[in-house]
Amino acid sequence: MTQIELRGVQKFFGAVQVIRDLNLKIDDNEFIVLLGQSGCGKTTTLRAIAGLETIDEGDILIDGEPVQHLKASDRDIAMVFQSFSLYPHMSVYENIAFPLKATRMSTTEVDKEVREIAKVLRITDLLGKKPSALSGGDMQRVAIGRALVRRPKAMLMDEPIGALDAKLREEMRAEIKRLHLKQGSTTIYVTHDQIEAMSLADRIVIMHEGVLQQIGSPSEVYAYPTNLFVARFVGSPVMNVVNASAAADGSAARVTVEGAAEGFAFPGELLAKLGQHNTVNGHLALGIRPEGVLVSREGADGYVPVEAAIIEPLGAYDIVDLKVGPQMLRARTKSGYVKSAGDRVFAKLDPTQAHFFDTASGNSLGVRL
Amino acid sequence: MAHIQLKNVSKSFGSHTALKNLDLDIADGEFFVLLGETGAGKTTTLRIIAGLDKPSSGQVFIDGADVAEWGAAERDVALVLQQYSLYPRYTVRENLEFPLKSKLRRIPDAEIAERVARVANTLRIEHLLDRKTDRLSGGEMQRVSIGRAIVRKPRVFLMDEPLSALDAKLREALRTELKNIQMNLGQTFLFVTHDQIEAMSMGDKVGVLNHGRLIQTGTPYDIYNNPRDTFVASFVGSPPMNLVDGKLVSGRAVMAPMNFELPYAGSAANADGRPLVFGIRPEDLYLESGAPVEATVHDVENHGVEKILTLRVGDVMLRATVPARTAVAIEESVRFAWNPEKVVLFDKGTGVSLRHAG
Repeated sequence: MTQIELRGVQKFFGAVQVIRDLNLKIDDNEFIVLLGQSGCGKTTTLRAIAGLETIDEGDILIDGEPVQHLKASDRDIAMVFQSFSLYPHMSVYENIAFPLKATRMSTTEVDKEVREIAKVLRITDLLGKKPSALSGGDMQRVAIGRALVRRPKAMLMDEPIGALDAKLREEMRAEIKRLHLKQGSTTIYVTHDQIEAMSLADRIVIMHEGVLQQIGSPSEVYAYPTNLFVARFVGSPVMNVVNASAAADGSAARVTVEGAAEGFAFPGELLAKLGQHNTVNGHLALGIRPEGVLVSREGADGYVPVEAAIIEPLGAYDIVDLKVGPQMLRARTKSGYVKSAGDRVFAKLDPTQAHFFDTASGNSLGVRL
Repeated sequence: MAHIQLKNVSKSFGSHTALKNLDLDIADGEFFVLLGETGAGKTTTLRIIAGLDKPSSGQVFIDGADVAEWGAAERDVALVLQQYSLYPRYTVRENLEFPLKSKLRRIPDAEIAERVARVANTLRIEHLLDRKTDRLSGGEMQRVSIGRAIVRKPRVFLMDEPLSALDAKLREALRTELKNIQMNLGQTFLFVTHDQIEAMSMGDKVGVLNHGRLIQTGTPYDIYNNPRDTFVASFVGSPPMNLVDGKLVSGRAVMAPMNFELPYAGSAANADGRPLVFGIRPEDLYLESGAPVEATVHDVENHGVEKILTLRVGDVMLRATVPARTAVAIEESVRFAWNPEKVVLFDKGTGVSLRHAG
């Protein structure tokens, strides 16, 4: 049972503020991923929770108790880093057993714990080996084993698989997730890789320049980003974002990309939902993911003629860059659907997948159709 | 104008054979991508075409002329590398002008200015022209490097992993940009990469190299849908094609490890009973309640737009791409089938696709 809470946490490095008024509540057994670019404050946040970094203001609570004044060793939290930090002169067994040596556990108990965790991580065969004889993935397994063996209150991981090659990274990611489901310890995991975050997290915490941008389940941050930063950071290929304006068209509405001749059809309720954010202040941006841009080879109701400028075949599907006025909208189509670059095709936007942002603040207007 | 041909080119470094009997034909104006892992011979091929290395045997032709005796300068190729190699104390403008200021070329100043302006416009680096190159971001530096190649109007562009050092978002943006530039210039590009997404998305043609041999050349569609062997099948595509050992038994696919069975639609002339590898792309596997095979969900990779499941049947792991709304949990039991039209058969011994072998 471990809950972790951050209340109004602030942290400065000299004059630079790296964490700004951070509030975060992490439930027992939850897998939280801190996601952001390098320098966004995610690692500093993690280190502050672990007690490796002091904070300048605010509280860090573990199970309701403030711990910001406690030393790292008194917080009962385990940490796994990208560098494996194993003792090179010790065997795998000794490395895993090491944290238990300081406790008063008997040798038989230590042996039982080490073998149990080794079995979970499938490294029983490696117990007699020295770290230098291990592959990168196995080294990280041992590091995780060493962290878990003393059954800490929480597990903190800082890009633990960032140094591995792509294939191994995928394997280890699956293993970390499975381990979490099995052991169920509160986990905070730091990464800059949005697929990793989307695949591992119960909830994702997205940070940018020390400021929390959004907390939500993977599907929430993907489907309902709260601002342009999140919209562009999560998802690949990146969400299309273009300046646009909306106008009435009979009982329906039209959304016109800046500089384009023809607008895309939208339900009439859009105008009421946009309210004063529409053309009045001229700060409206339309965001739509490539799968929300629908392409047809034949003209149909609600479809607008466009030119396919570039086709990127990715095997399972194509990404087609459509020229909409002076802008490009990227669409995801079936493989080979648009035959060649330069073709005239027709496009429509799926209103349910459209996002509207205020370009001045970058915030989503929260319009859902 | 440049049509590049390599005929039977081999290259050895001491006892190590880097390239073996390489035949390559790159049409004028084509965006050709050489795809391979580290050590496959990609960079060696590039260096041989550029004239920086001599082949141990075989010939290189540029527009039909054997260029064996031509130096690197005479071949008039431009190289863009992963490292930017710009002059750090020079401005962007000076870096772009540099290749044109050679005494041999004697290009009038007005023309130099015009060419630099045009290139800066194409690459959208006009606002950077008076900045020193050490004040640029990685993406901007790589644009300037490309600009310095373009400004010379070379016959051929040779690019060695130019995007590999950039972060994912920037790479994605520069991919389309580079393809766009090539389409506008209409010049021959030979682009070398280990990244299959770059190869697929940019190449008019892709050549897959493995251990110094060219395994397959074709359009991205050919390579993806009709891989010549299991190497190409597992190298191209992310996640890669599922490959499972098995046999055809009276028109049905029977998998060797677990004896699970799936229907097969293609003709199986003389494939019956012989050891095979079945290849199926993750998007051609689907979950369905009444489907023939039971599996356990081993992992879920969430891409937002879709999920990539790892399914476990005994010891066999299979990838399946499913819509984002598919609700599945790790360790859940599911049933799956495949699209029998999309199955590719490979010979178990040679790894070669039966379509290609025939």
